Amino acid sequence: MGWFLVQFQRRLGRFARVGAVAAAATLAAIPLAVPAQAQQGKVLRVALTTGIDHLNPFTAVLAASTQIGRFTFEFLTVPNAEKAEASPALAESWTPSPDKLTWTFKIRTGVKWSDGKPVTAKDAAYTFNRMLTDENARTANGNYVANFETVTAPDDTTLVIKTKTVQVNMNLLDVPIVPQHIWEPVKDLKAPETDGLAIAGVADGPYQVTEFKPNEYVKFKANKDYWRGAPKVDELQLLQFKDTEAAVNALKQGEVDVINRLNPNQFAALQGQQGITTNAAPGRRYDELAINFGVQDNANNPIGDGNPVLKDINVRKAIAQAVDTQAIVDKVLKGLGQVGGGVVPAVYGAYHWDPSDSEKTKFDLAAANATLEQAGYKKGPDGVRTAPGGAKLELRLTGHSNRSYDQGVAQYVSGWLKDIGITVKQDLVSDDELSDRTATGKYDLAIGGYGTNPDPDYALSLHTCAARPSADAKGGSTDTFFCDAQYDDLYKKQLTETDDAKRADYVKQAQARLYSQYPTIVLDYQNALEAYRSDKFSGFTTQPQPKGAILEQTGYWGVYGATPAGTENAADSGSGGTVLWIVIGAVVVVVLVGGGIAFSRRNKTSEDRE
Amino acid sequence: MTAPEQAAVLVDPDEHRGGTGTARFVLKKVVEAVISVVLVVVLFFFLFRMLPGDPVAAMTRDRVTSPQQIAELREKMGVDKPVFVQFGQYFWNLLHGDLGESRLLNNGRPVADMIGERLWPTILLVGSATVLAVLIGLWLGIRAAWRRDSFFDRAQTGIALTLWSVPQFWLGLMLLVVTNGLFPSRGMHSPDAAPDFFSQTLDVLHHLVLPCVTLLAVFYAQYMLIMRSSLLGEMNADYLTTARAKGLRDDLVRRRHAVPNALLPTTTLVFMQFGQVVAGAVTVEAVFSWPGLGQLTYDALHGPDLPVLQGVFTVLASAVVLMNLLAELLYRVLDPRVRTS
Repeated sequence: MGWFLVQFQRRLGRFARVGAVAAAATLAAIPLAVPAQAQQGKVLRVALTTGIDHLNPFTAVLAASTQIGRFTFEFLTVPNAEKAEASPALAESWTPSPDKLTWTFKIRTGVKWSDGKPVTAKDAAYTFNRMLTDENARTANGNYVANFETVTAPDDTTLVIKTKTVQVNMNLLDVPIVPQHIWEPVKDLKAPETDGLAIAGVADGPYQVTEFKPNEYVKFKANKDYWRGAPKVDELQLLQFKDTEAAVNALKQGEVDVINRLNPNQFAALQGQQGITTNAAPGRRYDELAINFGVQDNANNPIGDGNPVLKDINVRKAIAQAVDTQAIVDKVLKGLGQVGGGVVPAVYGAYHWDPSDSEKTKFDLAAANATLEQAGYKKGPDGVRTAPGGAKLELRLTGHSNRSYDQGVAQYVSGWLKDIGITVKQDLVSDDELSDRTATGKYDLAIGGYGTNPDPDYALSLHTCAARPSADAKGGSTDTFFCDAQYDDLYKKQLTETDDAKRADYVKQAQARLYSQYPTIVLDYQNALEAYRSDKFSGFTTQPQPKGAILEQTGYWGVYGATPAGTENAADSGSGGTVLWIVIGAVVVVVLVGGGIAFSRRNKTSEDRE
Repeated sequence: MTAPEQAAVLVDPDEHRGGTGTARFVLKKVVEAVISVVLVVVLFFFLFRMLPGDPVAAMTRDRVTSPQQIAELREKMGVDKPVFVQFGQYFWNLLHGDLGESRLLNNGRPVADMIGERLWPTILLVGSATVLAVLIGLWLGIRAAWRRDSFFDRAQTGIALTLWSVPQFWLGLMLLVVTNGLFPSRGMHSPDAAPDFFSQTLDVLHHLVLPCVTLLAVFYAQYMLIMRSSLLGEMNADYLTTARAKGLRDDLVRRRHAVPNALLPTTTLVFMQFGQVVAGAVTVEAVFSWPGLGQLTYDALHGPDLPVLQGVFTVLASAVVLMNLLAELLYRVLDPRVRTS
């Protein structure tokens, strides 16, 4: 040990020399690695800033994972690119029986799995029956089959599904169809090998998974036999980024070609950059300000500690009059969003509802003040109103502490409410604390929101009496706690109405009813912010057209349509210069280490001379 | 720890009884370490139970779930039982190497597996950064102390203190921006690398550069400053004057006499720091999407996935305890004055 201590400095010097030798060796070896890295086809690289849980389409629930399912497995029908409405995919046509309880799908012929076996109606029947009999198979899309009675395939091109009651989403079952011959032998759908290529890699969609490194990337090759025609890029890569800033930087430097989930600042920074095109698509999410109107559990017992003044619809109306949703879109979202109306976002035009001029609660602070004045809330000398019982109008406002959107909204709302004599105490908390508080009704005002689907059922179901939690605050999926006989009636009507126009009408009436009672104020629909390298790729098909999103669609159109912009650029999108840079890096290391040695030698001689 | 000066004058009663003293000392330290780990486990268990939020609610957030499904989940996860029963179960499983199952990530994968697969990337990253930081830090520390108050000393101390106080994620992002695509910005592997061993190794090294440099820039400062102050403490000692009086060359005095003595406190500190650096990798791994323990922690925090967090923290705390144990044992080996006390 003592020898080691004595030799320590000498060893450091030796280490530097060894380092120089190693660097030189690396330098010499690099040409060997060049051919391997230079072999690039037309590769489309997508930055993923969310996680991937599974390749197994039965258990994959995260957004990126369901996207992988869309790329690799064909569905019976897909929402089309133009309007996100049902269009043929594996099923060429579908017809309901007169009582709407039996649906017959005609399955396309000539479609093949990537191992060469034909895709038949039996595969579809197997997929649905597996979901009906195996709890694990229902993990991701179980809600689509909950109402199924039987699923049969009388022949290779016919699939018959009988439902227990009328189910409106039968023309858009968002379930990837898997090959029976691959999945049938798999007994445990939670087993890790169901994420392996031998199982999840046998596909019939536009792309086929060829490599999966968990937490790092997924690699696909184009399916040359895809029935719509082979994609125009040879390879697709989804690269995982934990940090969106790093991902934005990677787009700027050409390391990735497409990115989404940008925040308004990042989006603004990318606008106008050479070779980059930005896309602000109408979003599928709504943001809201929930108002605790005296919420109850599903047994109608009051829960939580909401301020009782909010039970008065006049107070809620005054708050709605005092919230300027246009200002929130302009200032907080920097214009990258749409003013809110109903709970179905504007991107789903057929079901979206906006209040008419007569229904609309307009932003008007004077009117809000008048509303409170008439309802008997008098302003005290300190400018704060008091309820007829003598209690001051003081409200707590909660939201996500880690979201700049919530911080912005909280500031503006506090200011406006102060103007109408309501004091607001801001209390932004962690995600978990927030979901705890909203689930137990321990808030006055809460900033929240939900992502929605093309089918309006989910967005509407959140506000039914049944969506309220049980007495122990468990099992609820709502954060509005709305429970209204009129609303529930409209909800049930739309659920069983198979005439599209009539159903849309019920959906809109339900939203209008919700809006009129002020349990929540839908603030806005944030745009989905995306950017891509337009110098390398074009032809990304948006959904819906013309202004929809490229990634996170309810289809695969975005990446399927991607076309390399001239083979020269597309042949390499980023890492061709890598080798050159390694060489330069190695040279820098050698120079630094060599210089260090020379420097320390020179010092030594000068010290010796003293 | 007893002050060495005081210890040196004491007569060692174990001197003539062979290794009994050492064995007892080692045993005592090991028992202390085990107790620390158990305390950590107990503390974490109850600490995590005190956090707000219902795990079942977190799992089913944004999904339509029936009350029956919720009840099944609660039973499966054991959160319907009294907390002490849960603790007994947890501790029993822990003794069998079972850290529980993840609640959010990957739908119920064993936490031990998840930690296992993330351990190697973190050891590679933090290990290489630490080794480099120790070498560079000690070397610069020695140089700086030996030429105290020189321009070199002041410049190096200034740079080290600046880098030490810079936020790691910011430094990482800045490196990403200024290197302008020189090095990959994410992960440990490129999907384009050839499958042969040589290309794969080169690819990992290429990915390692930026996160390693970021960690290194932050880490080396403490080693440099410790070494510098430790050597400065030795510089006025009589034995150095004696050595110089014998006419030894300056660098020999430094290398043979001053540095070995100054390295004593430094070595133990290096060991103690080893255990803590993994925690320091959290932000750097997040910036560079490095698939290690730090990133797992980051993901688990965002979930939040309590069993994973609990598992990671238990492993990290155990690492710190183990390294401290090693440091204490090593100090005894290195410094005869401690051994005789």
